[in-house]
Amino acid sequence: MENKIIYGITGIFETPDEIINAAKKISESGYTRYDIHSPYPLHGMPKAMKLKPSPLGYFALVFGLTGAFAAFAMMTWMMGFDYPLIISGKPFIPIPAFIPVTFEVTVLLASVGTVLSMLFLLFKLPNNSHPLHDTDYMKQVSSNKFGVCIEAKDDLFDEQKVKDLLIQLGAKDIQVITYDNETLSFKVNIFEWKFVVFLIASALVVSAATYATLNKLMYVPPFDFMMEQHRIDAQAESKFFGKGAFSMLTPPDGTVPRNSNQFKFAGNPELADAKLLNPLLPTEENLRKGMQKYDIYCSPCHGYHGVGDARLNGQFPNPPSLHSEKIRSWGDGHIFYVITQGQNSMPSYSSQLTNEEKWQIVLYVRALQRAMNAKEEDMK
Amino acid sequence: MITQINYEHKTLPTKILNIGLVLFSVGLLLAILGYAINAERASFNGVIALMFMMSIGLGSLFLIALEYLVGADWSVPFRRIIEILAVVVFAVPIFALPLFANLHSLFHWTHLEDVLKDPILKNKMPYLNEQFFTIRSIAAFILMFIFWWLLSARSLKQDQAKNENFRKTTTKYSAIFMPIFGITLTFMAIDWLMSLEPHWFSTIFGVYYFAGTFSVVMAVVTLFSIYLNENGYLVKGIGQDHYYNFGALMFAFTNFWAYIAFSQFLLIWYANIPEETFWYLHRWEGSWAVISIGMIIIHFIVPYALLLPQPAKSDPKRLKFISWWLIFAHFYDLYWLVMPIYDHHSAVFSWMELYPILLCIGAILILFYFFAKNKNLLPLGDPKLLKAINFHL
Repeated sequence: MENKIIYGITGIFETPDEIINAAKKISESGYTRYDIHSPYPLHGMPKAMKLKPSPLGYFALVFGLTGAFAAFAMMTWMMGFDYPLIISGKPFIPIPAFIPVTFEVTVLLASVGTVLSMLFLLFKLPNNSHPLHDTDYMKQVSSNKFGVCIEAKDDLFDEQKVKDLLIQLGAKDIQVITYDNETLSFKVNIFEWKFVVFLIASALVVSAATYATLNKLMYVPPFDFMMEQHRIDAQAESKFFGKGAFSMLTPPDGTVPRNSNQFKFAGNPELADAKLLNPLLPTEENLRKGMQKYDIYCSPCHGYHGVGDARLNGQFPNPPSLHSEKIRSWGDGHIFYVITQGQNSMPSYSSQLTNEEKWQIVLYVRALQRAMNAKEEDMK
Repeated sequence: MITQINYEHKTLPTKILNIGLVLFSVGLLLAILGYAINAERASFNGVIALMFMMSIGLGSLFLIALEYLVGADWSVPFRRIIEILAVVVFAVPIFALPLFANLHSLFHWTHLEDVLKDPILKNKMPYLNEQFFTIRSIAAFILMFIFWWLLSARSLKQDQAKNENFRKTTTKYSAIFMPIFGITLTFMAIDWLMSLEPHWFSTIFGVYYFAGTFSVVMAVVTLFSIYLNENGYLVKGIGQDHYYNFGALMFAFTNFWAYIAFSQFLLIWYANIPEETFWYLHRWEGSWAVISIGMIIIHFIVPYALLLPQPAKSDPKRLKFISWWLIFAHFYDLYWLVMPIYDHHSAVFSWMELYPILLCIGAILILFYFFAKNKNLLPLGDPKLLKAINFHL
């Protein structure tokens, strides 16, 4: 037993209640450098050992907040400044869409950061030459027993007194743990060459495997499915939805459009002429909106001034002028009727225009007609 | 270690009754004044009061059933308090009575001439009509009464009879109650809250209401338990280890509420379909935007931050504050759900909006006082009680 230094004295207990009681008594006796080992966490142990609250919660808080701010700042910069993209009509910095990602990164950083700081900052791992390693005591407390180890560094340590205390508490299998100064080193051995070589080797293997997967394997059948998969082009005919159906489908039967009343004058233009009145006033705003919609939907056939000069190079028959005596004598309701129901080869524009927009177009058509057939007093 | 339960029955102080009576009578006065001046607005506030009472009544039945089903230990000493609180289910129909008299000012779908003009409401008529609506509400009330009897009566008898088989029977009824609770709560939330805006729908709405229900009923139980325990109406041995569970559950359901509320918002925001978004747009109009942002702070950020540290979850002072806060938050939540339908241009608030709070808190205090009068405040006959009092984290 020469050259042996005492590390501490250990005792084994059978039940959690016994070990909690023992911890209470030991801390009451004034010992400070001792540790409890148990196969699973015991509730009430921090209180029995009179431990200070663990600082681990603050690590979690700091890591979590870092994750939240980093994720939010990253997305704001990427989506708002670095590469702004409009995604489904949302603003460049769509805060609700950021929340799930912010949450995920917060949880990820908080959990990983907490575990790593617990292992490396609080537990001071790796520590591969601790005196308790490879002892009979460690074998027992890591399977089904509970143990206490009072260290020799404690100011009150006295071999006989500690042994007496443990016997008095009912400990079994009391042992003195010793170590050899030469074999023991509390230094952290991360930079041992074997470990460094292992790290480099695993990094090489992982990067080679990643490179091969992404650049080679993905181009070999059957992994190239992504390039071979079916797709539907916009405006193309779809085989899936039956003949005549395009990739943009019409709404199913029974769908009720919002903000529009059902049209009650179908097939009865005279009644529409008589009953429908334009609810809008010819304000500048209404006329401007009417012009915008007219230029988009009407002008390809009717021309920008409504004289019937189509820009479609004869794909459809040119419509008659909107300035004829007949159309000028129509009521607003009749023009509204034609936009809603269509006439001859003109289709209905109900799916593209709301009722309000239709009335705005009617106002604009009236303005065009008046401009083309100005009266004497309009010139003043 | 406590080996014997030394429970001494003390009658509750009349202070509880007096405070309850004052709050209730002021609330009742404001309510009557409200109905006299503006019956429409008063009945919208009545919906807030009704849904708050429903949260407490149905929620306490849920807590009882949950304890039996999961076999929880820690909550056994507080079960009698929850059982007494569950008597609130009998107040729910009374709160609903004035609303049945004012259905036309609450629900757009009760106006037949408008419904027939509106193709969407016309198709919803088989569900949204006054007869079926009344039948559903009455069925829900009757189910609440039946399960109040099935879940709490046996526990009272057990105080004398000490029959251990009672627990088994009640556990069976609890299992039956669970699906019924889910259906009742969802239908009541859809009928009384969602159908206020009959064009709008959200499939998660029942869960949203449940999330608020659980946090508020937990808060009320925490308040009663801590006040009674601090003033010595319970037994020795109940302390911070028990409180920790209250704190943890309130914390969990603060998060759950935020999760559900945000899920509902995110899906509607992403899909951007006009028939769904208008509901949120009404709550973003004028000063409602301030109320909506306040919702995030009041119902999530403040309780989350205050309950986050581990010691806070077992600190009775903190818990009492958070409980009052969560009760307020649930009223705020219901106000945010209901009042924009009364006026979606700007937030409305005056003395009339105070009456649901006064009326509900007053009614709960009065009911609790009278119902607790001749009862033990602990389930003394429960074989698990001793183990539960010795519960340690």
